[in-house]
Amino acid sequence: MSDLLARRWRPATFLPEADNRDGSLTFVVATLCFLACLMALTVLATNRAVNTWSDQLTSQATIIVRPRANETPDLAAARAAEALAGVPGVIEARALEREKAEALVEPWLGDITDLEDLPIPRLVAVDLDNASPATPSTLAAALKARGIDGIIDDHSIWTRDIARSADVIAWVCGGVFLLITAAAGAVIAFATRAGLLARREVVEVLHLTGAENLFIARLFQVRFAQLSAIAGALGAVGAAGVGAVLRLTAGGGELTHAIPILWSDLLVVAPCPLVAALVAAIAARMTAERMISEIT
Amino acid sequence: MGTSPLARLSDKLFAADDVLRFDNVSLTYGRRAEALRGISFALKPGSFHFITGASGAGKSSLMKLIYMAVKPTAGKIELFGHDVSKVSAGDLPFLRRRVGVVFQDFRLLDHLSAFDNAAVPLRIAGLKPESYRNDVAELLAWVGLKDRMHVLPPTLAGGEKQRLAIARAVVGRPEILLADEPTGNLDAEMSERILKLFTQLNRLGTTVLIATHDQTMVARSGMPVLHLDAGHLIRRAAGEE
Ligand SMILES: Nc1ncnc2c1ncn2[C@@H]1O[C@H](COP(=O)(O)OP(=O)(O)O)[C@@H](O)[C@H]1O
Ligand SMILES: [Mg+2]
Repeated sequence: MSDLLARRWRPATFLPEADNRDGSLTFVVATLCFLACLMALTVLATNRAVNTWSDQLTSQATIIVRPRANETPDLAAARAAEALAGVPGVIEARALEREKAEALVEPWLGDITDLEDLPIPRLVAVDLDNASPATPSTLAAALKARGIDGIIDDHSIWTRDIARSADVIAWVCGGVFLLITAAAGAVIAFATRAGLLARREVVEVLHLTGAENLFIARLFQVRFAQLSAIAGALGAVGAAGVGAVLRLTAGGGELTHAIPILWSDLLVVAPCPLVAALVAAIAARMTAERMISEIT
Repeated sequence: MGTSPLARLSDKLFAADDVLRFDNVSLTYGRRAEALRGISFALKPGSFHFITGASGAGKSSLMKLIYMAVKPTAGKIELFGHDVSKVSAGDLPFLRRRVGVVFQDFRLLDHLSAFDNAAVPLRIAGLKPESYRNDVAELLAWVGLKDRMHVLPPTLAGGEKQRLAIARAVVGRPEILLADEPTGNLDAEMSERILKLFTQLNRLGTTVLIATHDQTMVARSGMPVLHLDAGHLIRRAAGEE
């Protein structure tokens, strides 16, 4: 008795604390959480990369200038640059030198510096005002007014494609995330089932002593929620570790890196233990309630 | 629900004649022969009965029917005035809490200390540990487990387990106490002590039903006997052999 009073005594839980299946269950749930967190990091990084790219693309346009018969390509390009520079929404328009144009086409045509006569179209690079960029039609109108024949590429095809790819990645990640959540729920349901059968004696005694089904179900719910919270924390820490490695290997902090992860992105794994616990609680509760009313 | 204080009170008033009533009850396990056949009897509140009978006569089966671990194959059982086959799943736990059971195989929870085992019914009823700590310790001391309170059941001797099972059954002051061979592993002195505990509870109003082999205990107590013979109930007068 003195012993009882001395300790700040609390009764033991109705379910045995440890179970020899706990290790592997923790591992499985932790792995699922790890994958889910990686998924979230991927979505964040993809979104950032896409935003960076589209910002760069939408703030620029390229004009391909076709010289008229009585005009050198360089002159035509210079005239076009001049015409475009005055358009509202344009910050700067530069005619690219022949070398630059050649460099641009080199990947497709190879080295063409010897072919002096080849009529390489000249390019005019236009920097647009990000706040209110000039539309392709205003640019076209400005060229037409000066009688310049040019094709305007405002990169909208690229930005559309990139945005679409980003959407697809987000949807795929979302789908995989749901799949992982469902798998975690199923694993917990399975474990609850096994746990209930293994603890059948305990369940029966509690039942015959007047415990309500919900009371017993809650024991399993709490148990698996705790286990999953721990597993979720392990998975989250693992994923954050991977994210940190990517961040460090990216170096210098440029966002142009293929996987632009910021330190603050790693916070996205923080809710993982809570979400894992919640999913486990729901799965365990539903399974236990159904099963208890079946076996008793 | 039979759980509100008013409903419980009215339960008691209406059930005033019988705490328990068996009406032509039969029980068959699977496709075997009937374990119990056409059993009819009633227990008045505050009564004290023994159930005797050879091994396999159906004593434990009768107990199981009362604590609602099995359903009768035929007939009607009324507990506290409720037809147990018509009690809703939600009300069943509250009905069970009014019944204390000493299981023949004890059914202690091996991972809980003796103390926590004894406190199970109180915790299930929602009591706070602080409120029952002293009572449980006192009860365990009374059944001679004062020094064994923190021990896990697997390390208890047979007689100790039995006394713990008894403590758990009576700790919640049940309205009816069922004890299935509660003194089977106890020496004469402890048997007497346990019988005294049951008698005390009975005086406080608990209806007591004890299944036993122990003819000396039955004879000494002078309480009425329900005798089972191969699933049939044969009534005997008090003290009659
Ligand atoms: N769970 C069970 N399944 C099948 N038969 C059982 C079960 N429990 C008891 N029996 C049978 O029912 C009869 C009565 O058993 P029981 O009630 O345990 O008798 P007692 O307690 O008087 O020894 C016996 O023939 C026994 O074999
Ligand atoms: Mg028996």
